Amino acid sequence: MKRLKNFLFLLAAAPVVAFAAGPTVPLDKAPINLSDQDSLQRGARMFVNYCLNCHSASVMRYSRLQDLGLTEEQIKDNLLFATEKPGEPMHVAMRHAEGKAWFGATPPDLSVIARSRGADWLYTYLRGFYRDDTRATGWNNTVFDKVGMPHVMWDLQGEMVPVYKKDGEHEVIERLELAKPGSVSLAEYDAMVGDLVNYLQWMGEPAQNQRKQLGVIVLLFLGVFFVVAYYLKKEFWKDIH
Amino acid sequence: MSQEVEGQKVDARKRKFLIAATSAVGGVAVASVAVPLVMSMMPSARAKAAGAPVEVDISKVEPGMLLTVEWRGKPVWIVNRTPEMLALLSKHDAKLTDPNSDMPQQPDYCKNPTRSIKPEYLVAVGICTHLGCSPTFRREIGAADLGADWSGGFFCPCHGSTFDLAARVFKGVPAPTNLVIPPHQYLSDAKLLIGVDAKGA
Amino acid sequence: MSALQKMMGWIDDRFPLTATYKAHLSEYYAPKNFNFWYFFGSLALLVLVIQIVTGIFLTMNYKPDAALAFISVEYIMRDVEWGWLIRYMHSTGASMFFVVVYLHMFRGLMYGSYRKPRELIWIFGVLIYLVLMAEAFVGYMLPWGQMSYWGAQVIVNLFAAVPFIGEDLSIWIRGDYVISDATLNRFFAFHVIALPLVLIALVAVHLVALHEVGSNNPDGIEIKKKKDPKTGIPLDGIPFHPYYTVKDIVGVIVFLMLFSAIVFFAPAMGGYFLEAANFVPADPLKTPEHIAPLWYFTPFYAILRAVPPLFGSQFPGVVAMGLSIVFLFFLPWLDRSKVKSIRYRGPIYKAFLAAFIVSFIGLGYLGLLPSTPVATIFAQIFSVIYFLFFLLMPWYTSIDKTKPEPERVTG
Repeated sequence: MKRLKNFLFLLAAAPVVAFAAGPTVPLDKAPINLSDQDSLQRGARMFVNYCLNCHSASVMRYSRLQDLGLTEEQIKDNLLFATEKPGEPMHVAMRHAEGKAWFGATPPDLSVIARSRGADWLYTYLRGFYRDDTRATGWNNTVFDKVGMPHVMWDLQGEMVPVYKKDGEHEVIERLELAKPGSVSLAEYDAMVGDLVNYLQWMGEPAQNQRKQLGVIVLLFLGVFFVVAYYLKKEFWKDIH
Repeated sequence: MSQEVEGQKVDARKRKFLIAATSAVGGVAVASVAVPLVMSMMPSARAKAAGAPVEVDISKVEPGMLLTVEWRGKPVWIVNRTPEMLALLSKHDAKLTDPNSDMPQQPDYCKNPTRSIKPEYLVAVGICTHLGCSPTFRREIGAADLGADWSGGFFCPCHGSTFDLAARVFKGVPAPTNLVIPPHQYLSDAKLLIGVDAKGA
Repeated sequence: MSALQKMMGWIDDRFPLTATYKAHLSEYYAPKNFNFWYFFGSLALLVLVIQIVTGIFLTMNYKPDAALAFISVEYIMRDVEWGWLIRYMHSTGASMFFVVVYLHMFRGLMYGSYRKPRELIWIFGVLIYLVLMAEAFVGYMLPWGQMSYWGAQVIVNLFAAVPFIGEDLSIWIRGDYVISDATLNRFFAFHVIALPLVLIALVAVHLVALHEVGSNNPDGIEIKKKKDPKTGIPLDGIPFHPYYTVKDIVGVIVFLMLFSAIVFFAPAMGGYFLEAANFVPADPLKTPEHIAPLWYFTPFYAILRAVPPLFGSQFPGVVAMGLSIVFLFFLPWLDRSKVKSIRYRGPIYKAFLAAFIVSFIGLGYLGLLPSTPVATIFAQIFSVIYFLFFLLMPWYTSIDKTKPEPERVTG
């Protein structure tokens, strides 16, 4: 009976929880352009260099990067560790248990992260890290409060600190300010994150470009089919009207 | 087809044409839906990755010994044949079904008396051409159960087919053809790549 | 006699092929005044075929195993050739099935297609709708994402609200104390074999019953009353084949254009056909922030939430949700009007039907939202209207002023 009550509470509470998730941070629009192969290739390189150390993309095969215009040789030479083969999926060196010990949670698989989170959320999140000494990692995030993940690309972006403003009784973060510059400018960093998110968007469904191209052909074909079938119908229905 | 409905003339030819046109376009539609469905049953990217060429280090295979590796889920044998073994190969042509490897059971570059690129190394798919069992390697000459004239080879335990050390089938056994020689190439003296022909071969 | 005729003769001596063809196609006389609303029956059949065919090919690669299910769906989306197309056709087909069926049912309401002598057609139809809901519910669990898991958790727990046996009932359904691998495996069995068999059988009897009594039409009059004295063919009837086959082909193509537009350009349909949270693998320890069923269930979900718990039990809500569908079965006997079609009904019925449709859509919308006090009040108002449509029907249909029906079908 207790279990039942818990679940019914959950049933009733679920919508409340949704509200309790609190004031949603406005998301920045991610510069998604899936036909920009250069951007996707840069994003793939960033993904392998920065994300794959802790996150996997366990259903994404390296060889699929050929769809982005990379050759098998390029994939082998630039993106693979020596022991891996291009046909293998993007596994991670770190074991799950280690991840849990280091970050408090297993870093999620990123294969379809763009489909569950959305590109805009990812784009805002990856640019939303700021210094917070109350956190074990030293980092916090504007769209993911108390996030377990540290700012992996801090050497690029530099260190951001929050600027607060009064909102009624609370202090809320108005914006982030650069406290210590990184190796690239903020505009360059935004462009790099844009490439990475573009890649994540593509990786969420590698067939999507092909899908849209085929869709145009299918609709054109059905258009022709419609014309033929319409005249057939009209011809027969002469008998009735 | 010529008929009259409620006093109106029916253009039978026009109707025939429209029916044919609609059927044709509809047929194309059905076929183009069938193609993806049928193609989805072909090997997936995972199966293709698992069926990728296999690299083998053959420097550890002692003369007279056999090494089995897996390629596309099938056993592939690599036998390091001794000069004595090679010498015996040409002695029993009369007892073989296909002594000159006329049937296309091997790449062209292995259509030779030893059925191999390098005479000493036999590379063959270890699947009997009868019903798909894997034969065993029987190197002992004149084995008791295989007859005094047995000069070493392979014996299939399922139905008793026998093959010589060039994987050629003997006459009078159930297996119809020689064992398959897979495409392969030498990357170096010690490195063998099974699954792809050498470029330009 | 040609070889073809000979062969047909040979078959007809052993199997009623020509007779069946005549009875159901070339000499099945349908009213000549079918309008737009009459496309949805044949479209529902088309979607059923799409679902079965794509489903067979998905089954070849899907794994009903809690550890593998989520990955196997992504395997289909990436590694299986054309797997993404087959999967999107199936997921889009699921939602489009309900679009088509809801419009088909609305047609029945408008033109009184459930009235005598078509009560059984209607009852079989409601059963199809029920089985379809079950089929969609168990099917939605198979991708084993967060929504699959928690949606199933919440719905199966509704059975636990049944007094006395509820707790055991829900455990029996799950085969475990929570939704688990055992549940996934049995839901898979229901989804791919048990329910499709029932569905096909029900569709068959739905059609047999239809062809026994003949189709209704937008005028709601019986074309069989006025027959040609010489041939015995209804004067307002036309052979289904070729007239309605060529017409339905046009309907099918227009439908396929819409269907393809969704499959190829918006397969997730903004989260209504494929929810974002379902791209996170099922996690029994973490509930998603907002659980909502897919859009085709939301009217009933809203009714469930609109009914306040009694003595801490959710049972009244579950009963209300069940009754909202049970009432459909009694529709043929609740309607006392002299006419069938909305064309000849009076203003009271039209007002009630309009209020019913608005309530149903309103409930569907509210079911998608988190419940707030205001939303709950609206849901309660809509629920009351929904039930009053049925409960008051014997009264308002008998006092309503109707117009005289025509002798022959119009336009």
